[in-house]
Amino acid sequence: MRRYFGRKFLIYALTFFVAVTINFMIPRLMPGDPVRSMVARAGMQTPEAAATMQEYYTRIFGLDVPIWQQYLNFWAALLRGDLGISIWLFPQPVTGVIMRAVPYTLALLIPAILLSWFAGNKFGAFAARRKWLDNTILPVGYVLTATPYMWLAILLAWALGIIAGIFPIAGGYSFSLAPTLSWTFVGSLLAHWFLPFVSLFLVFFGGWAIGMRNMIIYELEADYSHYLQALGAPQRLVRKYAFRNAALPQITGLALQLGVIVAGAVVTEIVFSYPGLGHLILKAIENQDFFLLQGAFLFIVIGVLLANFIIDIVYVLVDPRTRTGMGGGSA
Amino acid sequence: MSKVSLRVAGLKVHYRTLRGDVKALDDVTFAVADGETMGLAGESGCGKTTLGKSLIRLDGRMRHVDGTVELDDEELPIGDTARMNDFRFREVFIIPQYAMSAMNPTRKIGKMTKELLESRGVRFETVRTELKRRLELVGLAHDVLDRYPIELSGGMKQRMVMVLSTLLNPSLLVADEVTSALDVSTQRAVAETLVDFRDRGFVRSMIVITHDVSLVYQIADSIMVMYAGKLAEKAPTDVIVDSPRHPYTQLLISSLPEVGVKYADKRLTGIPGSPPSLLDPPAGCRFRDRCPLAFDKCSEEPPFVEVEHGHYVACWKA
Repeated sequence: MRRYFGRKFLIYALTFFVAVTINFMIPRLMPGDPVRSMVARAGMQTPEAAATMQEYYTRIFGLDVPIWQQYLNFWAALLRGDLGISIWLFPQPVTGVIMRAVPYTLALLIPAILLSWFAGNKFGAFAARRKWLDNTILPVGYVLTATPYMWLAILLAWALGIIAGIFPIAGGYSFSLAPTLSWTFVGSLLAHWFLPFVSLFLVFFGGWAIGMRNMIIYELEADYSHYLQALGAPQRLVRKYAFRNAALPQITGLALQLGVIVAGAVVTEIVFSYPGLGHLILKAIENQDFFLLQGAFLFIVIGVLLANFIIDIVYVLVDPRTRTGMGGGSA
Repeated sequence: MSKVSLRVAGLKVHYRTLRGDVKALDDVTFAVADGETMGLAGESGCGKTTLGKSLIRLDGRMRHVDGTVELDDEELPIGDTARMNDFRFREVFIIPQYAMSAMNPTRKIGKMTKELLESRGVRFETVRTELKRRLELVGLAHDVLDRYPIELSGGMKQRMVMVLSTLLNPSLLVADEVTSALDVSTQRAVAETLVDFRDRGFVRSMIVITHDVSLVYQIADSIMVMYAGKLAEKAPTDVIVDSPRHPYTQLLISSLPEVGVKYADKRLTGIPGSPPSLLDPPAGCRFRDRCPLAFDKCSEEPPFVEVEHGHYVACWKA
């Protein structure tokens, strides 16, 4: 058991190191010079003033030292929990900017991922081998997963936001409100949250439902299902076992999709101008904000690793077959 | 051995396919006496597994066309899978071909047994001691109940399934190719366990489906031979082996090696040819094309008749 988790931990640590290194490199490989564009925006009259300003910013952001030293400084700062200063929102620290965006992303993603996984699996299992449902509602699932995401999102925003006028289509809360802890504000938050949530939920839901339906059909044809039926076990028990076993690949699927989902949320947040991490990433790229981009990517990396680690543990709990491989057959 | 336990009359079961019905069982009529162990032999695709399944549970592609099955003078609703549930496990049970994978891989065996029994309305506590006694009988430790199926060897799984299948003392047990995936010494142990179970009254009658005639010879009271969805011959074991009447049975028996005979200069002969397609079987005797004794009358279908006491044959020459 300890060996298993020790090995896992080592792999995660290695992945983290590589991912952070790539994080460091990507913004620096982008064309353009963020400091120069900042100076240009400031509109200095004399070349001397511009040069002074350029030098000042370069020093502040630590870009005046060779790249390998920047890299070492970056790790040292990272271990102190310091992600640097945002270029776009100068002079706010990146940590603060990200911390303000993270709650929005999590509030959007976690319910969308988990609810769609849960509901999609339940529904898929229920629809499998029930002719009427299988023939009517599952094609809808196929359409949902096959739909390009931004198209679905725009369609929803257009239908429910612009035509029906029920939901607002942009922002995290109403532009006329300041963040306070009042019912009006919470109501506004929920109203703005709804459309991005539903669009994500629908797309994921279709995929999970189809996957589960196919898995259940496969499991119902497995020998142990036939055996139980030959023993006269009621359908409820057979389906319960089939569901439990069919859920295993779905759990892996959940872990794999978590990585992709962050990218999905970028599009959602852009379509609905939702002030989460995805929105920040777009802004950081537009403004060549190295530090903000690094910070946002770091968050995504940590998120994916954490999710995978949790799934690893869940897998050990639900599938006895993984347990035998853990302690060299001592289980 | 006088009372009849199982009586099958005119049973027809077809497989539905896109190209038409495959007539896997065509007009099968036979009886198994109380306490009788009947071996059911025949080559692959002759309908023996279909017959075994028909007595328990038709799968989705199988269709009950005609005929009746009576067990202890009560008709089994074999075409109605929901009503059949009352009989499964308690009255009639199958030990499947796939004992290796018959148990749910993600449940401990004991827990699965408990959930299964309770779903059938049997309190687990009432059979717990009997279950443990039977585990000892087949040489399994009690702690298999706390293990997962993957932790057992093939032979252990086979024995576990045998214990589980017979736990409620069914009157009829169908053992479908129970030895086909096992090595020779385990095969023998399994066969002996089957006999032992019958002698102790855990099961009353048995149908042992196999393509291995030498195995049923050791444990069966009678042997029934099937060919291409029809019955060819049924007789007490000694009669089938020593003086078979149907040419197919004769060829089948003669293709088996005998102990003490050297085959260096005398090659074992097989049966040339292959069985006809059951999608559209030819009229008359289905063995006609491969039969060395075939003559004009074989274009009419031979009836399955009793030629001697307890000896039934479907052949014009018998």
